[in-house]
Amino acid sequence: MIVPTMAEMMAQGKQPEVLFWVGAAGSYDDKAKKISRAFVKILNQAKVDFAVLGIEESSTGDAAKRAGNEFLFQMQALMNIEILNGYGVKTIVTCDPHSFNTLKNEYPSLGGKYEVFHHTQYIQKLISENRLQINDATLKGKRLTFHDPCYLGRANDEYESPREIIRKLGANLTEMKRHKSTALCCGAGGAQMFKDAEKGDKEVNILRTEDALETNPQIIATGCPYCKTMMADGVKFKEKETEIVVKDIAELIAEANNL
Amino acid sequence: MHYLPNILFALALAIGFGFFAMNVRKLLRNIRLGKDINRSDNKSARFKNMLKIAFGQTKMVRRPISGLLHLVVYIGFIIINIEVLEIVIDGLFGTHRLFQGVLGTDFYGFLIGTFEVLAVLVLLAVFVFWTRRNVVKLKRFLSAEMKGWPKNDGNIILYFEVVLMTLFLTMNASDVPFQEAGIGNVISQIIAPIFDGFSTETLHKIERTAWWFHILGILVFLNYLYYSKHLHILLAFPNTYFANLNPKGQFTNLEAVTKEVKLMMDPTADPYATPIESTDNQVPEKFGASDVADLSWVQLLNAYTCTECGRCTSSCPANLTGKKLSPRKIMMDTRDRLEEVGKNIDANDGVFKDDGKQLLNDYITPEELWACTSCNACVEECPVNIDPLSIIVDMRRYLVMEQSAAPQPLNMMMTNIENNGAPWQYNQQDRLNWVNEE
Repeated sequence: MIVPTMAEMMAQGKQPEVLFWVGAAGSYDDKAKKISRAFVKILNQAKVDFAVLGIEESSTGDAAKRAGNEFLFQMQALMNIEILNGYGVKTIVTCDPHSFNTLKNEYPSLGGKYEVFHHTQYIQKLISENRLQINDATLKGKRLTFHDPCYLGRANDEYESPREIIRKLGANLTEMKRHKSTALCCGAGGAQMFKDAEKGDKEVNILRTEDALETNPQIIATGCPYCKTMMADGVKFKEKETEIVVKDIAELIAEANNL
Repeated sequence: MHYLPNILFALALAIGFGFFAMNVRKLLRNIRLGKDINRSDNKSARFKNMLKIAFGQTKMVRRPISGLLHLVVYIGFIIINIEVLEIVIDGLFGTHRLFQGVLGTDFYGFLIGTFEVLAVLVLLAVFVFWTRRNVVKLKRFLSAEMKGWPKNDGNIILYFEVVLMTLFLTMNASDVPFQEAGIGNVISQIIAPIFDGFSTETLHKIERTAWWFHILGILVFLNYLYYSKHLHILLAFPNTYFANLNPKGQFTNLEAVTKEVKLMMDPTADPYATPIESTDNQVPEKFGASDVADLSWVQLLNAYTCTECGRCTSSCPANLTGKKLSPRKIMMDTRDRLEEVGKNIDANDGVFKDDGKQLLNDYITPEELWACTSCNACVEECPVNIDPLSIIVDMRRYLVMEQSAAPQPLNMMMTNIENNGAPWQYNQQDRLNWVNEE
């Protein structure tokens, strides 16, 4: 798999059409790395001229900001903005709704103004520009439910792009009783991913998994590396991991298109 | 002494509105204790929001049962107020049903008929509301923060409405000329037979009594607002007007922090320079919020607007899984503390005297704050665009930046971000390894 970096591109005097912001999860977390690779395969199939920052990429600061550490967030932001602006980046795509939200909404007033896409939006764009076709044979008729990531859905009002793709995949989408703007969080946001939950009677991801199980799915699809982990853990807790797979939309497309 | 009723009426109005004006001044004073933020931009979008969400109740009907019942009470409240205008004019000038002559009997009859039907619908809606709170016991009305005054407050408002509507219908039913005319008495004609056999004089007394209690009741209710969650009937409008227009995921970037971070990262800045002595003894800006005065005036307006419906709490993932966090409690605590600060200022000649208390710890505990997933469900659900999440984040900022009091695992996460640019402890040089791991 060839993933060019911005530094290499610059050395060759080239400017890619889009920067793929991988994010910390997409770079280091085993479940999320699969999403990154699937997305790169899709970009390659659509012949998108892209690059990553590689070792020059650093945390967007989302988790730090949500934890209350505005200092650390702004340090990360200013550092990243310096690098992004240095490379003349105009367009960014990311598989992480948290990075998407931070880059799109919180960087501009600090000097980082880019056109930012969530990967489901970008894939949708590639399809509408006829640069990407989706094969609907593999997932045809499969029972699928979609878990809306909070930072894509409520935070940025994007509910349709992932659903359009699911329809193109030919899967049989059954919505959970809480979906779109009423979707329940997976429990990872607001820096919860990195700490233990406060005392309560249940873990949030278990409650959300129960929502999903009510739809009797074969596939739980999502569009966020943290949601994927939380839902996969929930499915495992319910001992359903042999019957139900938890996958990102990008992975489903890569699978459908045999990439 | 012919004018005595008119004078008494004018006096009652003056006292009622005077006392209300006094409380409104206090309310505005308290809201202005908050930090200034600019919400004077985008007037047309703000106005549209207010029309749609407050006036049009679009977010209320997301939950159809309570939403539609609320719509009935709301329309009843607005429409029946036309009648109150007539009562006020009649009371001041000693006229009786002045609008009948002005509007013509037919149209007047149609109006009063509509009011009467609405009054019955309001009574029905109020009955269902009362049942939901006291018999069916909906979960969101049973939370810990709903014990005592908040529970009583909810019921008192319903009783008020029952009394006012009953007085209105009684007033019409015992109005002999009105019943004899037989126009617009759609409901009151059903009640009128109760008074069969009463002398005209007695009926007149009943009518006058109902009339007086109806308008006095309204004046008392008006003054009850300041002490009640019912304040939302007024504040829902400014609250939706001044609400956040940015995407819900966008948190504010603290400007004071930007200044310091830019200075820190400026390669030309002299690291050994002594800070420039400021002449006006400036107190360094506090990061985040530990008390109500650290919040913005919009957040304080939010607190006064909250009607404690609990839609936020019933959709909060933390609350649904048994954690202590309840977004509604965040708003109620903020209002309670703000009231306390306001009373403190009143008692100390207009200056706040330190009472050794603050919003953090004395009202809202760190345990509640750390349970939030920042998922925005509470913000999305609020029928009047209150933003509990912004208060939670501001208080986390205080805990972390002023007190270094984050939970230990979060401190580790933040150290990792500082050291290797990721929340986990991985080597920055390995950031691209995922490419070759198939």
